[in-house]
Amino acid sequence: MTGLTTPHPYPGKLIIVEGIDGSGKSTQIALLHRWLLSQGQKVFFTEWNSSALVRRSLRRGKKKDLLTPTTFSVLHAVDFADRLTFKIIPPLKAGMTVLADRYVYTAFGRDVARGVDNEWVRALYSFAPKPDLAMYFRVPIEVSLQRILSGRTKLKYHEAGMDLGLSREPAESFRLFQSRVLVIYDELVREFGLDVIDATADISQQQHQVRQLAAAVLGLEGRAARARRG
Amino acid sequence: MHDADKAFYGNGLPYLKISPLRGSLIVIEGTDGVGRSTQIEQLTRWLEVQGYGVVNTGWTRSPLLAETINEAKAGHELNVTTFSLLYAADFADRLENQIIPALRAGFIVVADRYMYTAFARNAVMGADPEWTRKLFGFAVVPDLVMYLKIDVKHLIPRVLESKGMDYWESGMHLKLGSDIFDSFRRYQARILREYERMTEEFGFVTVDAQQPVDAIQQELRTTIGRYLAGEVIARPAAATSRRRRAAAPRRAGRRR
Repeated sequence: MTGLTTPHPYPGKLIIVEGIDGSGKSTQIALLHRWLLSQGQKVFFTEWNSSALVRRSLRRGKKKDLLTPTTFSVLHAVDFADRLTFKIIPPLKAGMTVLADRYVYTAFGRDVARGVDNEWVRALYSFAPKPDLAMYFRVPIEVSLQRILSGRTKLKYHEAGMDLGLSREPAESFRLFQSRVLVIYDELVREFGLDVIDATADISQQQHQVRQLAAAVLGLEGRAARARRG
Repeated sequence: MHDADKAFYGNGLPYLKISPLRGSLIVIEGTDGVGRSTQIEQLTRWLEVQGYGVVNTGWTRSPLLAETINEAKAGHELNVTTFSLLYAADFADRLENQIIPALRAGFIVVADRYMYTAFARNAVMGADPEWTRKLFGFAVVPDLVMYLKIDVKHLIPRVLESKGMDYWESGMHLKLGSDIFDSFRRYQARILREYERMTEEFGFVTVDAQQPVDAIQQELRTTIGRYLAGEVIARPAAATSRRRRAAAPRRAGRRR
């Protein structure tokens, strides 16, 4: 019953990036976005958990620590369903390229690491269209942790899995929680055929690979190679 | 007293042990305007007079989601998937923060509507019924579901006498009729058909809601009284697929 295993019927292309926090995926998708625009492509960009619909509930739940793994999961699905209907599907129907920073695999990783049922969360998102390109930025836990700590002052509560009570120390909790997520991502790579990018490589090296993969999907071959040389 | 064993409807909450839950979960189902709240109010008082601890819970009443759902409804721009997920979030919040803790503490939880409401509405709105059922796989199977049954002809004056026909309860979002009256009649007829279909699947105890309020209350009390005395009424079923059942904790046999 899942749409994630069969190609979607729309003329546009859906390109998504996945990875734990600090993997550098947002940097990479931003660079890809720039390049696609420079190539005259029509692009729409969307981010996980960004719809206004459930913002208040999530904020309230996080503040009061009311969220259980299940409500956390379902609220993110509401956000996704809302963005899918109003933001993602229309540009795909119009033949545009949609870039998504995180997709349903984030839920499959994080929510299962939080303890919800594997099969249930897949059923929850069975209405999601299969991306034309899904890139997973694989990074060792210490590297992502260093990146986050050097860029921001504090780890976010849920990002560190603090709601699970794994450790009182945020960095340690992050290490424990995101390590679980990393193990699940490796399984998802096999299950859904995600393209793995080595996220410890140089930014420009990664971007070269990203552009080549995107070019193949969008029929822009040749341009990616030229962009590299120029 | 009855057994403390409860089962999840589907895949359940793997991170949560639900047994033993000593309390009882009693659901009052029925369509919009059938008179559920009046009945529940009287029922609660009656149960409390007998010394039972009662906790009331109701559809879309979670502190986490209530405002969001109202806002979303006011905007009239929800598709069936988003709608179902919002209901599921509300339900999950109440289940884990309210219903399960109360059951654990031995209360009788009287629920004004349960997942069956979502099943009926979703079917009418055209969502994949299998998807909806999986979505609510984390629900605890109630001990007793009392279904207040009414036909559209009797429902209409009751709704008009009380708060009138509302946009969503009339299914205006489905554009079923030329005006709200027409739409209400058609939408509610479809909802009732879905409830009817579920009666057997989920073992509802049907109560004729076309009787006077007092007679309905009497019938509810009689059935619930028998249940509380340890009699087996009807056990609402868990999801029927074999795979699903294997995933749920074993239902230890209630006395049969």
